Amino acid sequence: MNAMSRNATYNFAYLDEQTKRMIRRAILKAIAIPGYQVPFASREMPMPYGWGTGGVQVTAAILGPDDVLKVIDQGADDTTNAVSIRKFFERVAGIETTTHTAEATIIQTRHRIPEAPLAEGQVLVYQVPIPEPLRFLEPRETETRKMHALEEYGLMHVKLYEDIAKNGHIATTYAYPVKVEGRYVMDPSPTPKFDNPKMHMSAALQLFGAGREKRIYALPPHTEVVSLDFEDHPFEVQRFDRPCALCGAEQVYLDEIVLDDRGGRMFVCSDTDHCETRRAEGHRGELGGELSGEAK
Amino acid sequence: MRNESTALDGGFSAPVQDAQAVFRAVMDAMARPATIVEIRPPVTPPAPLPPIIGAIASTLLDADTPIWLDPTLGQSPEVGEWLVFHTGASFTDQPGEASFALIGDGSAFPDLDTFAQGTQEYPDRSATLVIAIEAFDGGTPLCLRGPGILDRATIAPRGLPKDFAEQWEENTQRFPRGVDLVLATGDSLVCLPRTARLIAREMEV
Repeated sequence: MNAMSRNATYNFAYLDEQTKRMIRRAILKAIAIPGYQVPFASREMPMPYGWGTGGVQVTAAILGPDDVLKVIDQGADDTTNAVSIRKFFERVAGIETTTHTAEATIIQTRHRIPEAPLAEGQVLVYQVPIPEPLRFLEPRETETRKMHALEEYGLMHVKLYEDIAKNGHIATTYAYPVKVEGRYVMDPSPTPKFDNPKMHMSAALQLFGAGREKRIYALPPHTEVVSLDFEDHPFEVQRFDRPCALCGAEQVYLDEIVLDDRGGRMFVCSDTDHCETRRAEGHRGELGGELSGEAK
Repeated sequence: MRNESTALDGGFSAPVQDAQAVFRAVMDAMARPATIVEIRPPVTPPAPLPPIIGAIASTLLDADTPIWLDPTLGQSPEVGEWLVFHTGASFTDQPGEASFALIGDGSAFPDLDTFAQGTQEYPDRSATLVIAIEAFDGGTPLCLRGPGILDRATIAPRGLPKDFAEQWEENTQRFPRGVDLVLATGDSLVCLPRTARLIAREMEV
């Protein structure tokens, strides 16, 4: 049925085969050099830069007819970016899509890593706006390339130190730089630093695509990913002082939702699939009971 | 005429799906070094090009990727014509200029450091060697660790040069430069990216 609904005017998964070969070669080199940004000839896609053109190209290059695709934007399956990319691949590849993390073989993401641990064989594809972790410290590509070549990352530590000097703690909360296998400093894309520990020794293959900046990089499974820090200021993730208002989950990343114009607000799971799965299992938060029809 | 028909036949029957399936096998293998990944080669190239190497070539090569062929494959005009027709790639006789080296006899090929190593700035500009070997057991055991390997993994590829372990050790020490290998038997492959480091060969028998 899916194959019937596919738009046959396009090649499978939109990209032409030569483009896929070029991207596939870049992906293989990216896997062989974890954390290193491989240049690739990024194509114009039928969506604007900033909407995940890099991630879409990586997904299109690896996608097969048997894959099940999940797309999330800020952890949610039902936001504009996620819905439009999911529909794009349903239309140009005729593949099955899902919102359930465990059912997906490929998960394309913008900003979040799902709360449920990923499994062996799954691929997580990140949409990356700015792949170069040193870019805001050194605008010249020739220089940042040399810094990576010479493993000269002092500037990044100076930046984190200046955070401490000004704020008393490392104030970087997203796109928090990591070091991969003790060699390359890598930008994990604008994920909250809450998700950095999930990259470390993940069982899934992680691929990063930056369309406008024309870079692909990768983390193979079981790869050491260490967030940069100092001995006296160790890396810490955000903490939330309350559980999810809908499903009662703790130790998850929460979004703030404004309820009215009198300061009312609630905090809910950013990962919508995680929240829905927990509620289906009967977990309830302080505001979760009345919203669910199945609760007695 | 005979050569022409040999060159035209035996390519992917479903180019899009076949290339994707072969690529996913290679990607999975590259992401999990020393893991044996099975594929059914969907091409039938002329001998002596092994079908599995023909399938990988059809998947990854095009006009942007100069190929180096080892003497076993290079002496066969049919193999050259088949590769040109199905990939559009050009050949080079300088190992250092090739982005892919196709090696039909894994027991004798130039040292790994004669192939393109990439540069410190662009380590991705290094060669990928696709090497036909006899089997993934029965050879000198290689105990490996690194990204993609949970703890450690051992393979014992049979049909590689005698000094392969020393050469591989040197290759991993050149990181981030270095070549990446795809080792292939009849219907399965194992990838060795430059990150797969040898643990002291205590398992040697």
